[in-house]
Amino acid sequence: MAKILNIVETAYRATLEEQDDTVLWLTHMLKNSGADAAVLLQGNAVNYLARGQDASGLAFGQLRMVRGPELDRDLEKMIDKGIPVFAIEEDIIDRGLAEFDLISGFQRISRRSMPELLDRHDQVWRW
Amino acid sequence: MANYLFISSRDPYESPDSESFIKLVESIQARHHSTTVFLVQNGVLSARSGARHSEIIQRLARAGVTVIADRFSLRERAVGKLADGVAVADIDRLVDLMIEPDTKTIWQ
Amino acid sequence: MPKKTLTLAIMDAPYESANSTTALRIVNAALSKGHNVNVFAYEGAVNLTMRAQTPHPNPVKGTSVEQEQHPTTKDWIGALFQLAQQKQAKLDWVNCGLCVDERGAGEWIEGPRRGGPKDFLDASMASDATLVIPTK
Repeated sequence: MAKILNIVETAYRATLEEQDDTVLWLTHMLKNSGADAAVLLQGNAVNYLARGQDASGLAFGQLRMVRGPELDRDLEKMIDKGIPVFAIEEDIIDRGLAEFDLISGFQRISRRSMPELLDRHDQVWRW
Repeated sequence: MANYLFISSRDPYESPDSESFIKLVESIQARHHSTTVFLVQNGVLSARSGARHSEIIQRLARAGVTVIADRFSLRERAVGKLADGVAVADIDRLVDLMIEPDTKTIWQ
Repeated sequence: MPKKTLTLAIMDAPYESANSTTALRIVNAALSKGHNVNVFAYEGAVNLTMRAQTPHPNPVKGTSVEQEQHPTTKDWIGALFQLAQQKQAKLDWVNCGLCVDERGAGEWIEGPRRGGPKDFLDASMASDATLVIPTK
């Protein structure tokens, strides 16, 4: 099975209506279907690693959102399932996340290591 | 070694990550891969001769990257005179490049 | 020219991004060469094939519906299915089912079928080339 790298950069796009990040979700589904898939978070998507994201309380009139996105926990579940999650170190630092409480289990890589990461995968899909 | 085909749809005027993208392409090329950047949509704006970011094209060409601009995107934007180092092709050339064996096609 | 198979994943809804037209141009070019094409329409892209799309006149230009000939993406895609037939190539267009449901986009033109991520994975693994066109 070809090795797939899914690159996620755009963050919080429709995550409230969708209750998750649709590319992380898709990656999880591909894994469930037997894919050998990994995720690279770059740009604002590295913020998904931050613990404590809270989108609860959204309401429109009397209609309250019951189940919101839990992007940090989604990533933890993906890591537990054996989906490698990489994140660009420089983007983490740029967003002041270096010392922040981040989930564990992901691998930090420097931007200059990206070519090597791309080389290690047969398919590179940028979402 | 693999072929890398980057389809660049964004322009450096609006995209803050364009420098990162150029460095990535240069690094890929430096690893002895065959690397092509195919400019489409607003990505062709930097290919206009005299444009502020047209030096990007020259930088890529100096690094050995093949730079191609989509003819339709150029015409759509009235981009006539091109910066040195840009070839022009129709979209079917993109298809030919995609189906070359061992090619990774990445949209930017 | 040997027949190849390309797979595309697209995400943009119609009339929102230049990506949609470029994607269809790539499909058109591939089919014109006789290659087979798989399209996985994800998220907003499931709206590209909606049967209820209707052209409109242009009050700024003063044109009628007939004069304006405003394109609809469903007609463009319908034409791609016809092109595939003419070129004896296969166009397999899959609309992601859950994306269809949440958008109420279940009424589409003849040609596409309902599917899911596994269809995209299977198509990609069996293809000569795969391209994902992201949305912003």
